Amino acid sequence: MARSTPEIPNASMADIAFLLLTFFLVTTTIANDKGLSIQLPAPLDPNAKVVEFQQHNLFTIQVNSSDALLVEGEPMDDVSGLKEQIKEFILNNGSNKELSDSPEKAIVTYKTDRGTSHKRFIQILDIIQNAYYDIWADQAGVTNARFREAASDLTTGDNKQIYDKGRKGIPMAISIAEPTKVGG
Amino acid sequence: MSKFKKKAVVKQDIPTSSMPDVVFMLLFFFMVTTELRKTNIDVMQRIPEASQLRKLQRKSLVTDLYIGEPKKTDQFGKEPKIQVEDTFVEVSGIILWVTRQKDLLPENERDQLTVSLKVDSEAKRGIIADVETELRKANARKILYTSSQKKEEIR
Repeated sequence: MARSTPEIPNASMADIAFLLLTFFLVTTTIANDKGLSIQLPAPLDPNAKVVEFQQHNLFTIQVNSSDALLVEGEPMDDVSGLKEQIKEFILNNGSNKELSDSPEKAIVTYKTDRGTSHKRFIQILDIIQNAYYDIWADQAGVTNARFREAASDLTTGDNKQIYDKGRKGIPMAISIAEPTKVGG
Repeated sequence: MSKFKKKAVVKQDIPTSSMPDVVFMLLFFFMVTTELRKTNIDVMQRIPEASQLRKLQRKSLVTDLYIGEPKKTDQFGKEPKIQVEDTFVEVSGIILWVTRQKDLLPENERDQLTVSLKVDSEAKRGIIADVETELRKANARKILYTSSQKKEEIR
């Protein structure tokens, strides 16, 4: 008795799969949720007292509406040395009278204009954060990339330990001032 | 000397029987990682580059806000606009939008809402600062300036 075994033709299987694959390849956008993370300050309290900071504890960076840079009152064209300058300022610990007394007191103030482009803003903010992450990573004894990875995910004990060790005594004090209204 | 005439029988074709399996595996990878875009972005998005990036872990706590020059300049003009979800909003409408976003989250996580600012490189600081002021008022103070990885940093 001849019995035909039921069979599904599977020669076209690969074709179907390829078609689906192509569809997903085209429609996919791998979500990009990476960026420079900052915490905005609390809304301004009108009754708050004005706190004065000593000038040598402030590191002033200003960018105007034509994206020109002013660091501690001096114009700067080449930003490659800026990171080291910020690190020196933060880690001064009172040895140079014109720089910060201690990392806790050091504040980097960053002021832009309403006409400053976002690209320039990000470039300088990146340099400032780079200085801090370098310092933190050094203190925690890991690489910069590893430290940022740990800081992004504090759910594991290991990461939390690195994060706390790195940040000990060195707050990231970046003050982003309200932009001026000269240009833009 | 038949010994030397013997040719080794080597199959020359690539086995294709496992092809569907391989393709299916790729397919599943893309099916899992894919995220069908919910919104049409109507503003320019030339994301700036930076090196010190941080990743966001909890996708559910992140909400996106786009700023840039409208793509349809003849219709909306050249001034950068703010887009949330599918519509343009004015600066004054941001607080309401943040409140609605917070309502979608469970109560204990509302203060952890992170606003991801996807800002075009050519947008000016002025409009971004206005948005930040509103976010401060709305008490959504965790923000992220979305940036892409700088090329020379990848080693």
